[in-house]
Amino acid sequence: MYRRWLWPGFALPGTLWLILLFLVPFYAVLAVAFGTVDPILQQPVPIWNPLEWNVGWMTETLSRFAPGGTFYGVAIRTIVYVVVSLALCLLIGYPVAYYISRHAGRTKNVLLILLILPFWISYLMRMLAWVNLLAPDGYVNRFLTFTHLLGEPRDWLGGAPSTVILALVYGYIPYLILPLYAALDRIDRSHLEAARDLGASPLRAFLHVTLPLSKAGILGGAVLITLPMFGDYYTPNLVSGAPATSMIGNQIDLYFHGGPQPTIGAAITVLLAAFLTVLMAYYMWTIHRATHEVRDV
Amino acid sequence: MTTVAERQAAPSLSTWERVRGWVTNPWGRPRFLVLVTWGYMIWAIVPVLIAIQFSFNASRSRTTWAGFSTRWYWGDPVDSVWNDPGLRHSLEQSLKLAGADVLIATPIGVLLALGLARWRGRGSRPANFLMLFPLVTPEIVMGVSLLLVFSHVFTFVHTGTLAQILGHVTFSISYVVVIVRGRLFSIGRQYEEAAADLGASPTSALTRVLLPLLAPAIVASAAIVFAISIDDFVISQWLSSGEDTDTVPIQIYSATRGAPLPSTNAIATIMLLVTFVSILLAFLVWRVFTRGERRAAQSTAESMGAFTV
Repeated sequence: MYRRWLWPGFALPGTLWLILLFLVPFYAVLAVAFGTVDPILQQPVPIWNPLEWNVGWMTETLSRFAPGGTFYGVAIRTIVYVVVSLALCLLIGYPVAYYISRHAGRTKNVLLILLILPFWISYLMRMLAWVNLLAPDGYVNRFLTFTHLLGEPRDWLGGAPSTVILALVYGYIPYLILPLYAALDRIDRSHLEAARDLGASPLRAFLHVTLPLSKAGILGGAVLITLPMFGDYYTPNLVSGAPATSMIGNQIDLYFHGGPQPTIGAAITVLLAAFLTVLMAYYMWTIHRATHEVRDV
Repeated sequence: MTTVAERQAAPSLSTWERVRGWVTNPWGRPRFLVLVTWGYMIWAIVPVLIAIQFSFNASRSRTTWAGFSTRWYWGDPVDSVWNDPGLRHSLEQSLKLAGADVLIATPIGVLLALGLARWRGRGSRPANFLMLFPLVTPEIVMGVSLLLVFSHVFTFVHTGTLAQILGHVTFSISYVVVIVRGRLFSIGRQYEEAAADLGASPTSALTRVLLPLLAPAIVASAAIVFAISIDDFVISQWLSSGEDTDTVPIQIYSATRGAPLPSTNAIATIMLLVTFVSILLAFLVWRVFTRGERRAAQSTAESMGAFTV
C-alpha cells in the first residue's frame, strides 16, 4: 500500500547522519593513528589513503604494550580491575535479580522501582556521593573508627585500588542487574517444577535448570557493562587520580588532553576498539537476534 | 506479578522446621536473598541521599552536618548555584544541549525506526547494522573520533556547543530507534491495513493511524534522550571548548577532583530533580496514551521497564 521508496526514504536521514558522524569519525581515528606528525608543529597529520598508511606509530604503540613496555602495566591493571569488578557485580547482582524475579511477592514493584532508580541518577553524582563518604572525615572513616575496625582514618581517595574497584562496581552494577532480572523473570516455572517433581534437589534444580536458562542474561549483561568499563577514565580520576590506579582510558585521555602526542592516543584508541570487537560483535548479535524473534512472532 | 506456587507456611511450625523449609523449598523465601537484596538497595540509594542531604548543609563541609540551609542553592552571594557564574552557566548549557538533542534526535530516530523496520531492499541490512554500533561503542572511542573528525575533516565545526549537539545526537539516535521499533513490532501492521481497506490513503494511514499508535513510544524516547543527554559526561567533555561550554557533569567532575563545596551537591541535586520530573512526566503521558491496552498482568513497574532500554 505504500510507495516503494517510502521506507528507504525514511531511513535516509538517520543513516546519513550515522555515516557522517559515526563511520567517518572512526575512519579519521584510523587516518590519524596511521598518519604522520608534523615535525615543526608536532601536530598529527592524517593520511587518508589506506595504501599509504604509515605503520610507524602503530608499531611503536604496540611495542609499548609488550611486557616491559610503558603500557604493559596499565593494560594488565585495566583487565584485572574490569574482571574483578565484573565478578563482584555478578556475585551481588545475581542473587538480587534472582530474589526479585522469584520471591519478591508483594514487594516486587517497590524493588523494581528501586532497581531502576539509579538509571536516572547521573553517574557523576553517584561518584560524587562516594567521594563525600570516603573523605578523610567522611561517614565511612567515622563509622570504621567509631567501631574500632580502623585505628585511624584511612586515605581511601589517595590511590587505593580497592576504592576504584568499589566505584566501578557501584557505577555499573545497575546495568547488569536489569538484564539479569529480565532473563530470570522469563524462565518458565514449569521447567523448575518438572525438575523438582523428577526428584532434583533445589541445588540441582538451580544448577541444571535456572542457571543454564539465565545464561543469555548473564552474558548479555556482562558484555553490556564490560564495554564501558574498558573505556572508563573518569571513575579512577574521580576516586583516586593517582597514576598507580590509572586505566587504559586514562592513557587515551592523557595523550589528548594536555599530552604531546595525539597520534599515540589515536593508536591506543584503535587498539582498544580492536580488542573490544569480539565483545561488541557478540552483543550486537544478541540484539539482532532478539529483534528477529520479535519480528517473527 | 506471579503468585504461582507461593506456598504459605503452616502456622504451627517449629523454628527448626522453618529453617529447614527455607533451605529445601525453592519457592519459599530464603532469608539470605532477602538480606542481599535489601542490602544492595540500601547500598545503591543511601549514598545519593546523603549527598542530597549535604547540599543543604549550613557550613562549607560536605562531611560534617551543621544544620539545614539553602545557601548553596541561592543564599550564598559567591558560591551558590544561582550566584556562581560557572555553575549557573553550566546548568544553562546542559539544558540547551538536552533540548536540542531531543528536537533533532527524536524525529530522525523515529523515521529511521520506521524505515529500518519495513525497508526490505538492498542496503537495509548494513543500515540496521550501523544503527547498533553507537549502542556498543565505548564512549571514549566516540569522543576521540568526533574530536578528530571535527579537527581534521569537518573543520568548519569547531569544538563547542555545535560539536556537542552533533555528538549528543549521534549517540541518542539509536536509543530512539530501539524504543520506537519495539513498539512498532508490538503494534503490527493490521491497523494500517484495516485503515487502507476502509479507503484511507497511505498518507492518512501513516499520520492518522500509525503516528497516534506510536505516540507513547515517541514520548518515552524523547524523555530518555533528554535524560541521557543531561547525564552525559564523556562526549560533552571531549567536545567542550573550555569553560563556556562546560556542562553540569563536567562541573561536577572538575569540582570533585579539586575542592568540592556543597554547591556541587546542590547542582547535582537540581539535575537529579530535572531528570526525575522529565521521566515522570513522560511516564504519565505514556500511561494516558496506552490506557486500555494494558492487560491486568502488566504492573506499573513492568511498564516502567520501557523507560530503561
